[in-house]
Amino acid sequence: MKSKRWIKKATPFFFISPWIIGFLVFTVGPLLFSLVMSFFDWPIMRTPAFSGIANYVEMFTKDAQFYKSLSITLKYAAIFVPLNMVLALLLAMLITQPVKGVKFFRTIYYIPSVISGVAISIIWKWILNGDYGILNYLLSLIGIEGPNWLVDPAWALFAVILASAFGVGVMMLIFYADIKKIPIALYEAAAIDGASPIKQFFKITLPIITPTILFNLVTSIISAFQQLTLVMLLTGGGPLKSTYFYGMFVYDNAFKHHRLGYASANAWVMFIIILLLTMIVFRSSTAWVYYESEPKAKGGGKK
Amino acid sequence: MKMSKKTKIILYAVLSIFAIYFLAPFIYMLFTVFKTEAEAVAYPPSLLPENWLWSNFVDAWNSQEFGTFLLNSLTVTVLTTIGQVFSCSLVAYGFARYHFKGKNVLFTILLATMMIPWEVTMIPQYMQFKIFNWINTLKPLIVPSFFGSAYYIFLMRQFLMGVSKEYEDAARIDGARAFQIYYKIYMPILKPQLILVGVLNMLTVWNDYLGPLIFLQDRSKFTLALGLASFKGVHSTQIIPMLCITVIMIIPPIIIFVAAQKYIVEGTGGSIK
Repeated sequence: MKSKRWIKKATPFFFISPWIIGFLVFTVGPLLFSLVMSFFDWPIMRTPAFSGIANYVEMFTKDAQFYKSLSITLKYAAIFVPLNMVLALLLAMLITQPVKGVKFFRTIYYIPSVISGVAISIIWKWILNGDYGILNYLLSLIGIEGPNWLVDPAWALFAVILASAFGVGVMMLIFYADIKKIPIALYEAAAIDGASPIKQFFKITLPIITPTILFNLVTSIISAFQQLTLVMLLTGGGPLKSTYFYGMFVYDNAFKHHRLGYASANAWVMFIIILLLTMIVFRSSTAWVYYESEPKAKGGGKK
Repeated sequence: MKMSKKTKIILYAVLSIFAIYFLAPFIYMLFTVFKTEAEAVAYPPSLLPENWLWSNFVDAWNSQEFGTFLLNSLTVTVLTTIGQVFSCSLVAYGFARYHFKGKNVLFTILLATMMIPWEVTMIPQYMQFKIFNWINTLKPLIVPSFFGSAYYIFLMRQFLMGVSKEYEDAARIDGARAFQIYYKIYMPILKPQLILVGVLNMLTVWNDYLGPLIFLQDRSKFTLALGLASFKGVHSTQIIPMLCITVIMIIPPIIIFVAAQKYIVEGTGGSIK
């Protein structure tokens, strides 16, 4: 009888064991290993040597590129995150309108999100080309002389933002799913009271979807900090390192300059920055996120 | 809620403007791939090609080992999808249907792992796979998928939480074992989520660039995404072959998305709350 009880206790762990093993081998292991590496001088070929906090000291006091890449990434996030959120919400509002054919538009808006960053960057590189690109041609038709997007340091970041906005569909769909759930009776009652559609949006829709706004805000901050594929292929970090994002800085230190220890230190600093930003967002959320107050609302705080 | 005709017209106009932004680049590309190289870089540009050169696709495809790249991409996509669907449903079932000590702590940890930036684990993972002697093989891209992925587990677990326990009790009375209950009763109920996770994984893996970039070295091991990205290194100035391969590369995800759209839209609705 004893063995049967043991089996009963072990069953749930049998089910979750793949994740536990994977978590230890592919997450905890590498995470700790990376932390250890960050205190070493660790070239790819030669033997590593313990160097204390030298990597961190170098990063903060000697490496100007660290601050440059960090500020470029912050600038990108500061423009991209709000822009993406507003665009996603606007599109979600559009495709929830009760008119024929909106599902067709929903499909179109989402399609760029299922396409590889490799393809997206090739397409945009070609559209934004300064010599024969279609965008500058179209601009010239209305009398605007387009900049040489990918060659002009003043415009390259904008080009990256334009290309990344192509993937707005994922967030749009999350907003869409949430807005769809709002009972129509709420709007009807508001309309009877004479509230305009704009007022309805600010008084009904927006407050109800604040938890989803929080979710999207956090995920888009995280993804903005990790943006790598697009810059690598679209601008290669250039021109003049004007789009040399933090992710590229880490990648190059590891796989181009073969300084694995230093790159690990870079990555950990980024991890901590992301954690801090997320914490700030969550802290602030108590002031602007409204959770349904009915007792059946489950897991309200955990998003 | 009635809309005036004017409002409707404005609404369709705005909907169309955004549709143009998202679609125009693709449509323009679909015309361009049939042009000659000279036509493609001509200024001012033309919309339609003078002659429809279908041979562009054949030339582009034969210019490198794209057959091999495609095979590698398919291998990784199919195997990881099997791995994720199997492992994630197993884990999600464990979290949703059992009560055990430390469950909530473990589940919180699972959610927290979604916040770890890939940059942090990419370097030690590279070292790890080097020790395993897996660099320059497809294993680093495939094997981890058999141990589940936090987001997919979360999606399936949320769904299972809403399923009535009656099925299970009935089966248990009939003497079914734990694994049988999972496999015979919950897998069929979970079908929409299995499809959702399968499709999301297919799209992610097919499109992935950074994983193959770091773990693969020989061109014979490249995936389609990596092969396409390295194209410009080989043919620096030619735009047409690159666009041809781009078209070939984006067609499967679009077809899969359109076919499975229902699951993605519904799955998104269920996941957030």
